[in-house]
Amino acid sequence: MTSTFILASLIEPAVGLIFWTTLTFILLLVILGKFAWKPILTAINTREKGIEDALASAENALNEMRELKSSNEKILSDARTERDNLLKEARDTKDSIIAEAKAKSQSEADRIMSSAREQITNEKNAAVAELKNQVATLSIEIAEKILRSELSNDEKQKALVNNLMKDVNLN
Amino acid sequence: MTTKINTYKKFSNVFLLIFALFFTFSLKSIASEPQEEIVSEVHENIGAAVSHETIKNPNANVDIAAVAMEHISDSHFWHLYGEGHDAVSFPLPVILYSNINGLQFFMSSKFNHGHDAYGNYSIVDEKIVSSNPTESLFDISITKNVAQLLFSALLIIWIFLSIASSYKKQGITSAPKGKQSFFEPLIVFVRDEIAKENIGHGYAKYVPYLLTVFFIILINNVIGMIPISANLTGNIAFTLVLSLGTFIVTNINGNKDYWKHIFLPKPFFLWLILMPIELAGIFIKPFALMLRLFANMAAGHIIVISLVGLIFVFKSIYMAPVSIAFTLFIDLLECLVALLQAYIFTMLTALFIGASTADHNHDGAHTDDDEKLVKGH
Repeated sequence: MTSTFILASLIEPAVGLIFWTTLTFILLLVILGKFAWKPILTAINTREKGIEDALASAENALNEMRELKSSNEKILSDARTERDNLLKEARDTKDSIIAEAKAKSQSEADRIMSSAREQITNEKNAAVAELKNQVATLSIEIAEKILRSELSNDEKQKALVNNLMKDVNLN
Repeated sequence: MTTKINTYKKFSNVFLLIFALFFTFSLKSIASEPQEEIVSEVHENIGAAVSHETIKNPNANVDIAAVAMEHISDSHFWHLYGEGHDAVSFPLPVILYSNINGLQFFMSSKFNHGHDAYGNYSIVDEKIVSSNPTESLFDISITKNVAQLLFSALLIIWIFLSIASSYKKQGITSAPKGKQSFFEPLIVFVRDEIAKENIGHGYAKYVPYLLTVFFIILINNVIGMIPISANLTGNIAFTLVLSLGTFIVTNINGNKDYWKHIFLPKPFFLWLILMPIELAGIFIKPFALMLRLFANMAAGHIIVISLVGLIFVFKSIYMAPVSIAFTLFIDLLECLVALLQAYIFTMLTALFIGASTADHNHDGAHTDDDEKLVKGH
């Protein structure tokens, strides 16, 4: 019975404690709200935001790097293709140049050859003509000299005439 | 959100009904007894609980219930050890407001451990009463509970102001240190798991209130576990003020939907039944909060003292190891309860705030989510 009565007094709130609790609780709310919770929560929020930002920027950097890498690879492969193309083109150009040069030199050679041949012919003709002239001159000179020596005395002149006369058939 | 609240409401209503029935009966049985007889009996029993008489006469029965009740009630002395005239206790300041003598201030040592009267005043059943029947008293003394409350308030202010200053000093880029690293997860827990989870949009406004409630309960729960300390969180006046705070915060911030839900609940044909229930719910919810914290903490202390009391009930020293083992177990459990009750009080406060501020549509709220929640519990 006794304890039941004290239980009744236990669930009957005391005025003094209500008063002090209310006062303390309100003071705590005001003091902590202003000087503790506000700076603490602000700091925690700021830090969390900082961490989030850092993570996001790291993610961004990673993505950027990935993009950069892929673009690098693309550039590299492009460059490779370009190089291959260039080489191929160069080879083609080289071949075509060589072929062209060959053809050109061939034709030039042919031209030179033909002109040389022509020149040679001309020269030869001229030389032959000259030779003919020379031979003619020489023949005349020889003939003259021979004639001079043949006809240096009368006997010889006579013999010659005779000789010549012998050959001539007087028909 | 809505479904959670409704499920909770159902439970709290049932609980409250049980509580109400229990208290009605117990009060009724008390009321039927002649009052004076009880008062004198109580006084005797508390004084004689484990006093000289027991020591002189080892066969005398110890009223463990009275000891337990004395242990968990408030007092004008801070009792350390010993009984009766040998008791070692600190006197505490008494502040009285009397309609005849005005404001009065003296130390409780004037009462000589509650045995003597001081002027018109004497202590009966831990209450100061006046011998003058026309004098009415307001006792706003610094009792054991008030002293602990003020001490805990200073402790809380010191802890969190120094944490706040360490944020300022160290900046926010360095890792938390010392107190900061212990309390920061709790603060973040209250903010994220309690406030954000239960209030939702616009939760930031209520975080400081919830943090204050959480830590005042937590710190006092923990202090209350120290043997010579006061049982503040297991005192109904303390929990009354805190739940009154919840009541005020919830209803001041209640939006149109909240009031509409209370006064115009759907479906309309059940209006006559639902409206009074919803209206009562406004008061029942904080009332349940008040009782839950009070009952849990008081019960924990009663269990511990009862287990120790087993030694006196069995009148055998060989009971001591059993008592100690059980007390140790209950104390460990109380460590959990200290944290849990702080969490539950704060969480439910956040839940009520969330319910009163949420802009929801009540239609079709009772879906399979209810079942999920019940299973989750």
